[in-house]
Amino acid sequence: MVTVVHPNLSDTDAKMSARDVSVFYGEKKAIDNVSIDIPTKYVTAFIGPSGCGKSTFLRTLNRMNDTIPSARVEGEITLDGENIYSPKLDVVQLRARVGMVFQKPNPFPKSIYENIAYGPKIHGLAEGKDELDAVVEKSLRRAGLWEEVKDRLQDSGTALSGGQQQRLCIARAIAVDPEVILMDEPCSALDPIATAKIEELIDELNGRYAIVIVTHSMQQAARVSQRTAFFHLGKMVEYGRTSDIFTNPLEQRTQDYITGRYG
Amino acid sequence: MSPTLLLLLALGLGLAGWLAARARAWSFRRASPDGRLASLPSYHAWYVALWIVLPVVLFIAAWSAIAPGLVTQAVLASPAADQLPAFGFQRQTILNEARAVATGAAQGVFNPLANEFVEPYRQAIGKYNWIGIIVTVLIAFLGGVWAFLRLKPDFAARNRVEKIVMAILLGASLVAILTTLGIFVSLVFETIRFFGMVNPIDFLFGTHWGPDPMANAANPDASRYGAIPLFWGTLFIGAIIAMIVAIPLGLMSAIYLTQYANPKLRAWVKPALEILAGVPTVVYGYFAALTIAPAIRDFAISLGASSASSESALAAGLVMGVMIIPFVSSMADDSIAAVPQAMRDGSLAMGATTNETIRRVLVPAALPGIVAGVMLAVSRAIGETMIVVMAASTAANLSANPLESMTTVTVQIVAMLTGEGSFDHPATLSAFALGFVLFLVTLGLNFIALRVVKRFREAYE
Repeated sequence: MVTVVHPNLSDTDAKMSARDVSVFYGEKKAIDNVSIDIPTKYVTAFIGPSGCGKSTFLRTLNRMNDTIPSARVEGEITLDGENIYSPKLDVVQLRARVGMVFQKPNPFPKSIYENIAYGPKIHGLAEGKDELDAVVEKSLRRAGLWEEVKDRLQDSGTALSGGQQQRLCIARAIAVDPEVILMDEPCSALDPIATAKIEELIDELNGRYAIVIVTHSMQQAARVSQRTAFFHLGKMVEYGRTSDIFTNPLEQRTQDYITGRYG
Repeated sequence: MSPTLLLLLALGLGLAGWLAARARAWSFRRASPDGRLASLPSYHAWYVALWIVLPVVLFIAAWSAIAPGLVTQAVLASPAADQLPAFGFQRQTILNEARAVATGAAQGVFNPLANEFVEPYRQAIGKYNWIGIIVTVLIAFLGGVWAFLRLKPDFAARNRVEKIVMAILLGASLVAILTTLGIFVSLVFETIRFFGMVNPIDFLFGTHWGPDPMANAANPDASRYGAIPLFWGTLFIGAIIAMIVAIPLGLMSAIYLTQYANPKLRAWVKPALEILAGVPTVVYGYFAALTIAPAIRDFAISLGASSASSESALAAGLVMGVMIIPFVSSMADDSIAAVPQAMRDGSLAMGATTNETIRRVLVPAALPGIVAGVMLAVSRAIGETMIVVMAASTAANLSANPLESMTTVTVQIVAMLTGEGSFDHPATLSAFALGFVLFLVTLGLNFIALRVVKRFREAYE
């Protein structure tokens, strides 16, 4: 079965491209032959039922699957035309360019300031205290957290509320000035108000970074994304403009999923 | 009758009570219309059995403490007691001989006077044996009957048994606490006696250690009781040299095992490392004395050191450091492995290398456990005796040269207690003062370790 790509997709400026990507955990095939172009200027959502492989595929985009010893990737993934699985590529540089936000907020057990300063420090992006202060402030402002935490930058990042922690993690990712931000169900551990704030933030970041978001919530995909890919049983079933996927899906399985027949 | 036999008797009675109560509960069950009881028959059985055994056990414990005193009193009331020497050593020897013959532990006596007491001892022991047995049976019977009469179809035996079990568990945990307290008290009394003879200031701050157990006990030379060289030796060997070995090696092996080693290797290396903790310290002592110390001496001589001794602080410290590697690495390993995977992922996703992730995220997050492991290792090292006895000698030297021979607090405790002085000589009593200081220091270290762990425990989540 081949992925159905909507014919009206006219994205020419793909930031990342996957060609015939398959992922194995040991003998088990978790992702089967996925090809997709991720646009520079839009938010792309991956939707699908649990266990369909959308998170696995997301993690191949910054090679986080490398940390799982049994995982193996076939096919080609490029960032600005450069193969990210090439042996010549420095995975550390790749992850600085393709940032990631996780399902559960995972601030380091350090101060708010140190959480943000972590990336710039290890990559040598800021020289001296003033520059570092500026990066921290800029990142927190972009993540919409500055006003809430500017008076307690030395407090522990883990002392913040769940929603604030997640925005801290987004600010942390922004601090190294990535080109792509991957978000793996960033709101699944948050209450509706915190979720709304994150969605608002994604809207603001849209355009500045290429954003890929995995989500369980179809409403969320409809609200924040312009492109949607539907995954099912390790395959990418359908890919198109979000409005088309939700109103005129070409595939029966997509239709069934978005109307709530399964998943 | 010995306490063991009394205990067996109590257990036999308990078993009888158990069977009787269970039979009774079953009869309730057959009689009740819906065949249900508030508690299962086995709970009724345990309830009665515990009520028989526990009071008896308490009685036996008390009785075995009191009975010998009662027996002696009875013997002293006999007419022959007038011939005994008034007090002290001789009197005690005669009584002990008579008792040994009376209980069949010895064939005859050296002191003819003891023969007079064999028969009174025999009678007294026999009498109190019978009293013990009768009281045991009586208590078991009363406890059993009282509990048995409470059995009813709706009796909540299950909950009662639960409460009794809780009390037993509480008792078990109190034993450890009371033992610590007992140790403390016994040390305090002897320490106070010692400080009555030697000024604490001289003891704690004096720099010359050389108690003479043959000197006049009434007027000890306080300048020979300066414990600073011992404290320094303990600190230098246990807390400095040993830690210089153990902390880096332990920490690095923990990091390797948790972060780099593949699971198969880890499954072999981790237990192997923990076996190190099970090697008797005397074996380490051989290793230190026969292998390491001569090697260090030869090495020092080849470097041109003139005063290299074959017993050195360095040898003892190095081997001690190896001995405590498992304490450091095991605790560090556990606490690094306990840092959530999300922390590691978060750092790697920022583009950090594994090494940066370990240094900047994992180790800081695991710090409480690492510190606790180090503290445990330090208190273990400063309490260690055998290695130092065998490799670092008993000469108290105040020196910063690791090639010099040195001694530690624990070694001197052993030397003083096994020395030739009488028990109330200040040289012997100084062992208690040393033990007391050591106890306070290790207690303090453990206390600090607990505080550190508590302070940082909520670091993540």
